[in-house]
Amino acid sequence: MQSRERRIQAPEPNPETQAFWKAADEGKLMIGKCLACGAVHYYPRAICPFCFSDRTELQQASGNGTIYTYSVMRRAPIPYAIAYVTLSEGPSMMSNIVDCDLDKIRIGQAVRLVFKASDGGPQVPMFTPA
Amino acid sequence: MSIKGKAYIAGIYEHPTRKAEDKSLAQLHAESARGALADAGLSASDVDGYFCAGDAPGLGPLSMADYMGLKLRHVDSTDTGGSSYIIHVGHAAEAIALGKCNIALITLAGRPRSEGQATGTAARTTQNTPDAPFENPYGPATANMYAMCAMRHMYQYGTTSEQLAWIKVAASHHAQHNPHAMLRNVVTVEEVVSSPMIADPLHRLDCCVISDGGGAIVVASPEVARSLRRPKVKIIGAGEAPKHQMGGQLDLTYSGAVWSGPAAFAEAGVKPPDIKYASIYDSFTITVLMQIEDLGFCEKGQGGRFVSDGNLISGTGKLPFNTDGGGLCNNHPANRGGLTKVVEAVRQLRGEAHPAVQVKNCDLALAHGTGGSLGTRHGAASVIMERE
Repeated sequence: MQSRERRIQAPEPNPETQAFWKAADEGKLMIGKCLACGAVHYYPRAICPFCFSDRTELQQASGNGTIYTYSVMRRAPIPYAIAYVTLSEGPSMMSNIVDCDLDKIRIGQAVRLVFKASDGGPQVPMFTPA
Repeated sequence: MSIKGKAYIAGIYEHPTRKAEDKSLAQLHAESARGALADAGLSASDVDGYFCAGDAPGLGPLSMADYMGLKLRHVDSTDTGGSSYIIHVGHAAEAIALGKCNIALITLAGRPRSEGQATGTAARTTQNTPDAPFENPYGPATANMYAMCAMRHMYQYGTTSEQLAWIKVAASHHAQHNPHAMLRNVVTVEEVVSSPMIADPLHRLDCCVISDGGGAIVVASPEVARSLRRPKVKIIGAGEAPKHQMGGQLDLTYSGAVWSGPAAFAEAGVKPPDIKYASIYDSFTITVLMQIEDLGFCEKGQGGRFVSDGNLISGTGKLPFNTDGGGLCNNHPANRGGLTKVVEAVRQLRGEAHPAVQVKNCDLALAHGTGGSLGTRHGAASVIMERE
């Protein structure tokens, strides 16, 4: 287990992403949903990256996913696992795999959502083995 | 309309420095420009087109045109990271074909080593991009982004660390003959896989060097090229394409070379097996392996087998690559390896590579680059050149 916690750089919300980070701070992971084409996307944005409609909204994700790929950064003061997690809703998102033995992380592993405090900003969505 | 045969590489220069504590950034650009112009037999007053990317100081073309005293009628500061300069070659050929300029100068320089940059392992901190708040908290550096591509490739295709190591081994075989190379020792597969782990599954020797330096290229119209007493290297095809996360429909097993490569080959009217020498961007070993597949030198997923057993070593392998030692051993100026890829390909086509690594009858070469990050967003660029 990780004995020390890495400092998490605070995301800087902007007018477009404020609602996402407010939800994150309340413990909810939001993804982008397009009302025109129906597709979901990540990271969420005002303009759909698939059909270019501006009729997008945030939709809460279940928080369940699987590890698409990962890498443990060994050359860091506190080693950490970066990953792409494929959410059960479809999109893959960059994240960290936390609160686990970094040497036992595997591609395809089921993970669930957790939140970690950032350094002076909103809390950040991460994942831990389910 | 095509750029095929509309422009020539007239001059090349790779700055010999690998640590430039006593030089400024603008100076390194200008010294590289002087070198390439001297190589071509031209002078700064002949240049009417100038190309640079984000490594140039200030508002690149403005600051550098001012510093170098250039009088220009065409500028282009396309920035796709390390692949920029390969795109610049294609764009220079376009501009020349359209009559927008006759003699285009491309420069690159940087001092990451003198500035003590932890290029591969320092987490990214810039906040001004739309993706930044969704990525920076997780500690994306350079090494762990490429490492995630390698991890997925291993999972999906059974690629091994030993296969990746062969890429470094081949580069080291070439670098031993390059007096300017940062790393000149020939290494073995065992040495690569037993070097310290940086970001799983990439070891230290899977990573390129951090070096100061620079380089420049002069691209000229056919009329100008004919007037110069230099071997003629004709640009016959170019392709470029960005690849990104596709709104979350992520696939890290391939690069933008799947688009830039076929475009360049189609324009050139040649096929991958016709290529005698390939410069392939080698920020990491995995970068090379994926690009070799995506450019069509072997089937997808077979890259590990293709690069093994010295197949990339000049003289013995089927696809001699990066005969200067590449970024893995020679030089990675400004953390951007695209320009030096073109330079070594031109040396090969001119017959000016080191005799120990010169490819026999090298009349057709490819230079390909990836810029940005293979694990998030990157620009891919391919250019095919022919000796006339």
